[in-house]
Amino acid sequence: MAAEMNPLSRHGVSAHARLQAWRESPLRLIAYELKIGLPLCSAIALFLTIVFNDSFLDNLVFSLCIGLMIQGLIEVGRIALAAWLLRRRQAGAGEGGEGGEGGDAALHNSWPGWPLMLPWILLSVVLGYTVGSLLASALTGHQHLQRLFFGASLRPLAIIGSLVIVVSTGTSYLFYVRGRMAAFESAAAAASRAAAETQLKLLQSQLEPHMLFNTLANLRVLIGLDPPQAQAMLDRLIAFLRRTLAATRNERHALADEFEALGDYLALMGVRMGARLQPRLELPAELRGVPVPPLLLQPLVENAIKHGLEPQVEGGRLEVQAQRAGDRLRLRVRDTGVGLSAAAANAGTQFGLHQVRERLATLYGTRAQFTLLPAADGEGGAEALIELPLEPAP
Amino acid sequence: MNTTAAAATTGITTALIAEDEPLLAAALRNDLAALWPDLQLLPLQADGRSALEAALALRPQVCFLDIRMPALSGLDVAAALAEDWPEQEPAAPFPLLVFVTAYDQYALQAFEAQAVDYLVKPVQRERLAACVARLQQRLADRAPQRDALAQAVDQLRHLLGQAAPPAAPRLQVIQAQVGATVHLVPIEQVLYFEAADKYVRVITAEREHLIRLSLRELLPQLDPAVFWQVHRGTVVRTAAVASAHREDSGKVTLTLTGRPEKLVASRLYAHLFKGM
Repeated sequence: MAAEMNPLSRHGVSAHARLQAWRESPLRLIAYELKIGLPLCSAIALFLTIVFNDSFLDNLVFSLCIGLMIQGLIEVGRIALAAWLLRRRQAGAGEGGEGGEGGDAALHNSWPGWPLMLPWILLSVVLGYTVGSLLASALTGHQHLQRLFFGASLRPLAIIGSLVIVVSTGTSYLFYVRGRMAAFESAAAAASRAAAETQLKLLQSQLEPHMLFNTLANLRVLIGLDPPQAQAMLDRLIAFLRRTLAATRNERHALADEFEALGDYLALMGVRMGARLQPRLELPAELRGVPVPPLLLQPLVENAIKHGLEPQVEGGRLEVQAQRAGDRLRLRVRDTGVGLSAAAANAGTQFGLHQVRERLATLYGTRAQFTLLPAADGEGGAEALIELPLEPAP
Repeated sequence: MNTTAAAATTGITTALIAEDEPLLAAALRNDLAALWPDLQLLPLQADGRSALEAALALRPQVCFLDIRMPALSGLDVAAALAEDWPEQEPAAPFPLLVFVTAYDQYALQAFEAQAVDYLVKPVQRERLAACVARLQQRLADRAPQRDALAQAVDQLRHLLGQAAPPAAPRLQVIQAQVGATVHLVPIEQVLYFEAADKYVRVITAEREHLIRLSLRELLPQLDPAVFWQVHRGTVVRTAAVASAHREDSGKVTLTLTGRPEKLVASRLYAHLFKGM
């Protein structure tokens, strides 16, 4: 997943940065507008020279005056309208204002939408044409407007009118598409940032320094004391690290893999806690191949140990169970530790739970449930329960 | 040599190790035995509460305290020791404390700042040897007992302040359940809270309630300007304290308005009650 997202995000980020810089400099905006406007007006002048067979220089002066005037009006209106809408939306956001992410992104890229833009383009065309041709008439001495409207033929009016409308609308459409693309790019960049952040968080919680250094400390002692056991522990640690890294790259793995990862983790914790940790893993053979999000149960097992069993002097049992309930997969992590009320004040508990909830919501929406309750069988401790739609094994 | 000097002034030096992971405890024990042959090691303690009890009963000169332990953390043990350490007998000065931790970024910074000895797991021989040398040095030219305790109290005060959990939303009403009934006690009526095993006693002018919560969980939910912790087991409404009387032991006895009983502020918190 990372490999697919990264190039996109890099592209998105640089496009976003360019957009930002461009937005901050009015000179660059004008240069950009002229880069589109000047060739367009020259092309129109050339076209009119060919169609009407008159002076190219006069046509160019008219075309530039009218074209740039219209372009200027449209662009100033476009930016001003978008800014105005954005301010209004932000002010209204407190009362749960309308408009989705996409609309907002378009506004951020100065596109106020067609319903406002079409009338504004028409107005700009009429106004820009009038003022522009008056200016050009003053420069060239040709009474263009009078000839156009009071001339013998309707043909020039039709040609020039449709030309101006088509070019104006077309150019605006270009800006619209560009804005949309920038919006999509920034949305994609945000999504890939969020995905990378989730991955990083998962990795960080897996490689929790306290767990890692304590494990290494135990390993160091074992090397001197009991080399074969040290080797076995090192192998567990290697398997755990390998699986952790692999898990952050895949979206699903088999439930059997999940249980093996838990087995490695519990074996490492077992060396540290000795008889205080009594793990029991139960995975029915028929569920071994069922795909699940990798390391989904890991934070729950970690919490059960850290906040349930470790604080309890005598330790206790830790049960991890997978069950089929119709078309649902039920995963249960239960400990006989100090219980939830004692652990509640510990802010650390919330992070793992939040992570599990968030992942389930992202992957399954409302089709997954997660609860964490005091265990109901009178033996104390906590019980975390996850219910997922049962996906067929690949 | 320092070792002989320490032994000469204090007799045999004893040390207590509190560590919940058996392998690490055994390793520290072996390393210490090799580096400091004269040191007499007391039985290993695998949780905070037994460590506290053993330390108070056996009065070691040195305590190695793991930070993360069941029942009580190493810091809790240190605080409780500072509160309950008897001062009457000159034969038992306050122990030198060495904290042991795998990874506690913030705690380490705090230790550094307070010049408290600490070891980072995995504990390396050279580092432990340096720690042993420092301990021997300090035992040899040990300050008079009162100063040692005062110094420890001062250091712990800062450490505990830095280790305090972030403030939680303020509690407005205490909900105390008795059978099927829940009593609602506005926080304004509470005079003090007192820890009682796994419960906290909530005392108002007229009556008292039990809530199933530890003082540690309760504390972040109280306004620190209104309620002061005066002992590891007591949090009192400042407005309810009528007078504070300083005892010779360094403890402070608090007289309350609205309640006949007196409360004790421990050494760690006695500094809160000073004349203006």
